[in-house]
Amino acid sequence: MSRVTQPIQCIGCPIGCGGDVVLEDGKVVDMHGFNCDVGQAYAAEEVIAPKRMVTTTVRLKGGALALLPVVSAKPIPKGRIFDCVNALRAVEVAAPIKAGDVILADALGVGVDIVAARSVAAA
Amino acid sequence: MSEHVYDVVTIGGGPAGMAAALAARKAGAERVLIIERDHELGGILQQCIHNGFGLRRFKTELTGPGYAQRYVDMVGETDIDIWLDTTVLETAAGGTVRCVSPDKGVSIVKAKSVVHSMGCRERTRGAIRTPGSRPAGVFTAGAAQRMVNMEGYLPGREVVIVGSGDIGLIMARRMTLEGAKVKAVFEIMPHSNGLTRNIVQCLDDFGIPLYLSHSVVSVHGNDRVTGITVAKVDEKLQPIAGTEFDLDCDTVLLSVGLIPENELGRGAGVAMDPITSGASVDQFRRTSVPGFFAAGNVLHVHDLVDFVSQEAEIAGRAAALNALGLLPDAGTQKPVHAGPGLRTVVPQLLSAPEAGKLTVRFYFRGSQPLGRAVIQLRADGEVVWDRKLKVVKPSEMIVADIPVSLLYGDGQRLEFSIEPLPESADDEALEEEEA
Repeated sequence: MSRVTQPIQCIGCPIGCGGDVVLEDGKVVDMHGFNCDVGQAYAAEEVIAPKRMVTTTVRLKGGALALLPVVSAKPIPKGRIFDCVNALRAVEVAAPIKAGDVILADALGVGVDIVAARSVAAA
Repeated sequence: MSEHVYDVVTIGGGPAGMAAALAARKAGAERVLIIERDHELGGILQQCIHNGFGLRRFKTELTGPGYAQRYVDMVGETDIDIWLDTTVLETAAGGTVRCVSPDKGVSIVKAKSVVHSMGCRERTRGAIRTPGSRPAGVFTAGAAQRMVNMEGYLPGREVVIVGSGDIGLIMARRMTLEGAKVKAVFEIMPHSNGLTRNIVQCLDDFGIPLYLSHSVVSVHGNDRVTGITVAKVDEKLQPIAGTEFDLDCDTVLLSVGLIPENELGRGAGVAMDPITSGASVDQFRRTSVPGFFAAGNVLHVHDLVDFVSQEAEIAGRAAALNALGLLPDAGTQKPVHAGPGLRTVVPQLLSAPEAGKLTVRFYFRGSQPLGRAVIQLRADGEVVWDRKLKVVKPSEMIVADIPVSLLYGDGQRLEFSIEPLPESADDEALEEEEA
């Protein structure tokens, strides 16, 4: 049986509680230092399956700018951030673009679309 | 040279200018104009492609361009005029706006009300007087952000970030995702100036070390940066001899603070607050010059765009009322002081109250980080209002709505202050920060 204590810095609010989560065989068995439900839920997810929103740019043709900002529609597993950004490096789209347009559907097969963060008119 | 007449003109089409223009139109101003020097509306939001914007204003998490898009769309649904690629040269007393653009040349706008919403600029290397040689490769974090996110250039491969402001932290992650190696972030203060969330998600996630109480004592390189020397600093922020170490890098990004871009305000003769570097305003965001209002980062530097929009709505509405002749006269203004524990308070002045308004919203910035604390309002030395705070961080603005009855009592000297409170188990009794 493996018992691990992992320090977590909460980002739920400006107080920024720092606490520890105790894992046994990959399951949360104890935690301390988090003073509210938001913090406890964050800490539990952060040790088991941390997720992050991904924002980057893709190449854009035919607009006033050369780049289109894009964002994941939902958070993706933290460990896949680089895979996601690298997959988007090869993507090129053409104006006009509308905010929310799907730029890369189901990126990395994790069930999350990458969408346009803004609209861009054709130049 | 063409001449135009408007009720309300906002100088700048960023979040403040757009929100002010919308609020002005909604409050009854017939002819409203936004003047923007860039080729599109949105201001600095367009290069802030990360998410985290709009949680308060739209109750959802947006990217910077996404937040801007909402306002661009709202403005687009109105008859507000927009002049792009147009630089304002002067806003003179009486409401004369002189501007210039490539297609129209010089234009003169006569405005009944002018809203200054020009935003802010970054402090540069000169502002922090970093010693050493003067090679290429030293950028402000925001300049690098524009290159990477809008123009498609990577400013360097081996990066050191000076200052732990949010833009610097955001750029640490951004440069890393684009293939650069970010070696460290150095902060001269003993605490970070960035949001905790950004420390975690932009530095910790990528194993980028943050050195507190460290300062750059020299920049090396002839044509291009080749490295820097860093040292620990003492309580007086002076480098401690013997603690120096070198770090190789080809790029230094500076994230060392923002300054309101207020040449137009000063040119118009607007009275300034030396601490915020913005105008001194009353609860309507009315400046000392009749017909001139200010909102957003040109008034005081914000950490959340949501508050910029909120404040600009106050200014825009008041600008419309002024144009319509409905804005209450300032009367005898009471100054509002930032006392011990507080760095800034906005508004700095209270004009005669507006009929039907029950509270006035104040924005504060603490002068140092504290745990449990209490913010108090004293009228002639007597505490008339207080609120307990779980934490005070200079990087995060405090917002409070103060009842009009407490502000317009007999007390002539109004002063807000913050005092630390002893730690206690009685945390449940603390009020949540409300905004």
